Amino acid sequence: MSFVSRGFKGRSRDKPRDARVPPGQYVVHDFPVLSAGPTPQPSLDTWTFSIEGEVDETKRWTWAEMRALPSETVTRDIHCVTKWSKLDTTWEGVSVDTLLAGVETAADYVMAFCDGGYTTNLPLEDLTGGKAWIAFAFDGEPLESQHGGPARLLVPHLYFWKSAKWVRGLRLMNEDSPGFWETYGYHMYGDPWLEQRYSGD
Amino acid sequence: MVGTALQRRLIWRTAEVVDLVDETPRVRSLVLAVPGWPGHQAGQHVDVRLTADDGYQTQRSYSIASPQSTDERLTLTIERLDDGEVSPYLARELHAGDQLELRGPIGGYFVWAPALGGPLLLIAGGSGSCPLMAMLRLRQAAGSTVPARLLYSSRSLDEVIYRSELARLVAAGSGLEVMLTLTRAQPPGWTGLHRRIDTEMLQSVAWSPAERPWIFICGPTPLVETAASALVDLGHEPARIKTERFGPTGG
Repeated sequence: MSFVSRGFKGRSRDKPRDARVPPGQYVVHDFPVLSAGPTPQPSLDTWTFSIEGEVDETKRWTWAEMRALPSETVTRDIHCVTKWSKLDTTWEGVSVDTLLAGVETAADYVMAFCDGGYTTNLPLEDLTGGKAWIAFAFDGEPLESQHGGPARLLVPHLYFWKSAKWVRGLRLMNEDSPGFWETYGYHMYGDPWLEQRYSGD
Repeated sequence: MVGTALQRRLIWRTAEVVDLVDETPRVRSLVLAVPGWPGHQAGQHVDVRLTADDGYQTQRSYSIASPQSTDERLTLTIERLDDGEVSPYLARELHAGDQLELRGPIGGYFVWAPALGGPLLLIAGGSGSCPLMAMLRLRQAAGSTVPARLLYSSRSLDEVIYRSELARLVAAGSGLEVMLTLTRAQPPGWTGLHRRIDTEMLQSVAWSPAERPWIFICGPTPLVETAASALVDLGHEPARIKTERFGPTGG
């Protein structure tokens, strides 16, 4: 690294860098909010979650049906592309594996879609095998709407824009296709350990 | 929410500080010369990367305050957060001639151009005025007469960023109105707004939903949440309300 910012010291580095913090990230203790538009306020009476697209049969759950499914409590680190990471966040939700059980598909990709029009694309294999949840509680409390409540996708091993707030379903796709931020130049995959922030990273 | 594809690879560029402007006691603008800068839209941001002499690096995002220009220059406006790792360096340590690594432009949803039309309603809290200023500067540079209003919430008059420039833009008579609300301290004789942004204030400032203004809101999360929710309740289309937020973690 040849470039040096004259006079820049940075935070104390007496402690070794935490191996849980990906490159270019710093740790926060609050929970910043980022979104592109107003916070949707969907009614739980009409809320549904769908798995659709390249599937033999669309599956749909009401809020009550979703909450009746077995849920898991998981503690994970999360990493936002805007550089903050938050360690040991605790969530409760339904594993995407549970929702996909019995779904017949040959699709390799997924578009998560949401209230408010937000979308984000992911490989299907990043949502299966105990890696992703539909989360409805954070820190033991119902998920606040500004953090994506009533339910958000939780995919903690990818940058957090992939963990779509206000998620309403997964559309299975044979080909990868950019979602909302991906269309504006953000990375199609978004691995924080490879610093895949933007297209071409 | 359909965007235009931008799939240009974002490389790190070395910028040179060519000028520093003290905007308020806590806010400084950096005018940067960026060789090869590909241009940007009003409202986009850059990532800045700092490197210490032992190789330690850290990055932050900053909105661009200047409109697209032909001279490969751009302006960042930095609010100094005293416990921040990066902003005290940018807002106090840097001087003209220093170099800075950055890449961008980033974003593309929170952007306005004269071709998008109006009316244009801008709502700022504190240093959230920065990307909105890029829009107003672009509007002026392009000779646009799209009706525009800026509602700007600041703790005090001294903390209003771009104050004299905003006054000049209003005086130019191109259809811009600026409304300040000073939430903590008001100068003697102040007759303007002096409370946090609320529904009543937005109802009097925003055009009617039937006029379909484009609305851009940038500031701390509580202000953005309040303003965006109130505008939806007043009947404005959520898809025409675009938000950017920052918090104390912006460091």
